Amino acid sequence: MYRIVIFSLLFGIWVVFSGLIDIFHLTLGFIACLFITLISSDFYFTNRSKGLGNRLTEIAKIPGYLLWLLWEIILSNIHILKLALTPGDIKGLDPSLIRVKTDLKTDYGKYILANSITLTPGTITIDIDGDELLIHSISRHTKMGVEEEIMEQKVSNVFEIEDS
Amino acid sequence: MENFFVFAGVAILALMIPIIYRILVGPTAIDRIVAVNVIGTKTTVLLIVIGMLYERVGMFVDFALTYALLNFVGSLAAAKFFDRVNPAKSFSTMKAEEPQE
Amino acid sequence: MIINTICIFLVSCGLIFFIGGAVGIIRFPDFYTRMHAAGKGDTCSMILILTGLSLYILHEPTTANFLVVGKILFIALFIMSTSPTSTHALIKAGFEEGIKMWKREDEKEGQE
Repeated sequence: MYRIVIFSLLFGIWVVFSGLIDIFHLTLGFIACLFITLISSDFYFTNRSKGLGNRLTEIAKIPGYLLWLLWEIILSNIHILKLALTPGDIKGLDPSLIRVKTDLKTDYGKYILANSITLTPGTITIDIDGDELLIHSISRHTKMGVEEEIMEQKVSNVFEIEDS
Repeated sequence: MENFFVFAGVAILALMIPIIYRILVGPTAIDRIVAVNVIGTKTTVLLIVIGMLYERVGMFVDFALTYALLNFVGSLAAAKFFDRVNPAKSFSTMKAEEPQE
Repeated sequence: MIINTICIFLVSCGLIFFIGGAVGIIRFPDFYTRMHAAGKGDTCSMILILTGLSLYILHEPTTANFLVVGKILFIALFIMSTSPTSTHALIKAGFEEGIKMWKREDEKEGQE
């Protein structure tokens, strides 16, 4: 089941990247994708206990999450632009280190959370140790945003759906 | 429209110059690596703009993709190298030394 | 005509954010704050410029153009997921090397 999904993903990527739709190239791609699926299909989708319904809801929720993330990225850039163009002494700068605990369980969820924290205004994840994140924040104002844990709820809402 | 693409390309190129200053002056080695990484991202965009100018986007998009991949692998390799050069401290030992807030 | 306007608008926004990143990289006082400018400024402006360019390419909807736009969007997604990763890797390397953080309180005490 999972092998078929991986194979069709790889084959789609092949067709988009080669851009040539004739028999020779399609056969070449077919053989290559089959080979890759056979040797390395264990690497993708490591958590296979999830049901099909959960996967589908996860896939359906990803675009909404991406749009929200895009909006946050634009906000963070406006923040950086404001800081960078402040004349004279930059008053907004007040860097500090924070530690935050997460309740996310899977590695993939933590990875997504760390990346999202890096892309949102004023914070960068330095390191993950177990369930603790070490975060560098650029000013007091942005420090409050991380501790409210809105983002963590969003991530667990999208990527860690419990079986119910 | 072509004039606008020329303008965009020149502007991206001009924005690389201040970052080259950071490469030359940068106090630590990692500052320089970060600057090179930033220039790499700009180059990815610049390649596609050049492709639009010559009306051969199909070809230049492949270059841009390769450049983005190489940029990512390069910065990861540099970071890994610095971890190996200086393995003295790790996160768990730092935690004991730092005063808790 | 409308498509041209939207394209020009998106690319100009991207260029402005590029300016923010470049000025930040020069002006910010220490390594960590520079990482903020480098890691974020690039991602957003890259996404904006690539979206504008792919809208302009879709001006003439042919199969080859759709493939090119697919590749461009793949580049955008790829950079969007890898740029934070390389930022973590580099800032972690710097953190473990023990680069000192610039702090506002320290500076005030030094001046007085």
